[in-house]
Amino acid sequence: MNLYAVRSIYTYELSRWFRTLSQSILAPVISTSLYFVVFGSAIGSRMTAINGVSYGAFIVPGLMMLAVLTESLSNASFGIFMPKWNGTIYEVLTAPISWLEAVTGYVGAATTKSVILGCIILATARLFVPFNIAHPIAMISFLVLTALSFSLFGFIIGVWADNFEKLQVVPLLVITPLTFLGGSFYSINMLPPVWRQITLFNPVVYLVSGFRWSFYGLSDVGVGLSLGVTLCFTLGCCGVIWWIFKTGYRLRS
Amino acid sequence: MTPIIRISGLGKTYDTGFQALKSVDLDIQPGEIFALLGPNGAGKTTLIGAVCGIVRPTAGTITVDGFDNQTAFREARARVGLVPQELHTDSFETVWATVRHSRGLFGKPPNDALIERVLRDLSLWDKRNNKMVTLSGGMKRRVMIAKALSHEPKILFLDEPTAGVDVELRRDMWSMVERLRAEGVTIILTTHYIEEAEELADRIGVISKGEIILVEDKAALMQKLGSKELQVELQAPLKDIPAELAAYHLELSEDGLRLTYRFDARREGTGIPDLMRQLATSGLDFRDLQTKQSSLEDIFVTLVSDRT
Ligand SMILES: Nc1ncnc2c1ncn2[C@@H]1O[C@H](COP(=O)(O)OP(=O)(O)OP(=O)(O)O)[C@@H](O)[C@H]1O
Ligand SMILES: [Mg+2]
Repeated sequence: MNLYAVRSIYTYELSRWFRTLSQSILAPVISTSLYFVVFGSAIGSRMTAINGVSYGAFIVPGLMMLAVLTESLSNASFGIFMPKWNGTIYEVLTAPISWLEAVTGYVGAATTKSVILGCIILATARLFVPFNIAHPIAMISFLVLTALSFSLFGFIIGVWADNFEKLQVVPLLVITPLTFLGGSFYSINMLPPVWRQITLFNPVVYLVSGFRWSFYGLSDVGVGLSLGVTLCFTLGCCGVIWWIFKTGYRLRS
Repeated sequence: MTPIIRISGLGKTYDTGFQALKSVDLDIQPGEIFALLGPNGAGKTTLIGAVCGIVRPTAGTITVDGFDNQTAFREARARVGLVPQELHTDSFETVWATVRHSRGLFGKPPNDALIERVLRDLSLWDKRNNKMVTLSGGMKRRVMIAKALSHEPKILFLDEPTAGVDVELRRDMWSMVERLRAEGVTIILTTHYIEEAEELADRIGVISKGEIILVEDKAALMQKLGSKELQVELQAPLKDIPAELAAYHLELSEDGLRLTYRFDARREGTGIPDLMRQLATSGLDFRDLQTKQSSLEDIFVTLVSDRT
């Protein structure tokens, strides 16, 4: 195992983030605050509590997920897209590292950023609404696992994309709708039965549901199922990445 | 001596269907400087890419220091440094961070003293805290070299290291190559500047249309293929070449004061003694004589054009 390489990629990636640290922190703090002003206070005050949880508190896990998903995707896809685009990827390709090491470095850095971001949002939300976390360890685990799986997914997108448009298209056309329709801002039990059935095909439902369970002990689908779906997604992404490196898809000519 | 790089039957057909390399066989000896020459699109960069792991060969094998570059890629790649033809840089990283990163990527423990030495050797030390985007093209090229040297490779590939580089930097690079040679680093360089190959290389390979058409010691190559020129400076200007000299295919200069005779140094008889005698019988007096060895460039142009 070439640990120096993993560490080098990881710190190099994080340093890119630290250069713009104020933006990286300020943006999520502001957007979370806006969500709370709109959904928490303005709309939330007219909403009834869901299973005894106030609407403001109810949306906290969903908001975190929304941010973690999008940030994981964009960080990880950008992280590998940039070297491809500016050509510096040649160095990674000529270095004595395996796919596992390269991915650990890139995806590890993206995951780290997303987890930190999730925590910042959590702290910001706490300023607006009171809530307690019922299962802290499960909460952290879900957070890390989600950040990891979507960073892996982002890595795949970054390898696949050969221009900036493609880099944007998957997050915009697939991920954003899935997250908004994934029960971030409502319980899927509020939907008519038909829509509820359709929604169950959306993997984000399982992520949000499991994550919300770790906060309040409530879930739309079973926790075990949530965990299972998340793990499957993670493993699926690992498989695709393994294939990418094996065949050199869009990396080696 | 066992070769440090052994390329056998290497072929590369790109996805477009274009065959950039056709069964290339090439051995590189440890410690030598090998210059790979060839026209644009000959396959030089593709060949280097295949050895370094950027291009996936479609046929053949490559071993580096005895390690197969597919199955034992870690050992193989750890020994090789590459300075690519194009300037690829992370615009917003500092020189220091980017060179340090390269060392890490190649699995070497941090060694700031070594990186300082590399940067100083390349006159980059003053620029170490500059962002890449603020450097000139020549400076960026130096950084690319520093990155490759940061992990102490045994073998260094320089893909057109002096393209678009000023005279001073070119001299700097040449002396760097000499220094590395003294340290025992094997160097493979491509270039379009024949003088560069002439100056630096121990051996020269010529590649054309994906095939190695010649590999030869530089000295032997110059001797073997070099045609020579004899220039005869005349005492009095000549209007026309006398008919009795026609057999020598002489060339007369504009001012009629110089005759040029081309002969093949590879042949047994150069024809010079006969020519001298003939000049004397024709009553042509001369002031001076000189012979010129043709440069590698002439040889190269002849070789490549022979094939087309
Ligand atoms: N990724 C690619 N896909 C398809 N064809 C390619 C690719 N890369 C290179 N080629 C083709 O392969 C041939 C060899 O290219 P290569 O870059 O190895 O040449 P070169 O000898 O380095 O030329 P130069 O002196 O211009 O750098 C060229 O005809 C080029 O068009
Ligand atoms: Mg080239």
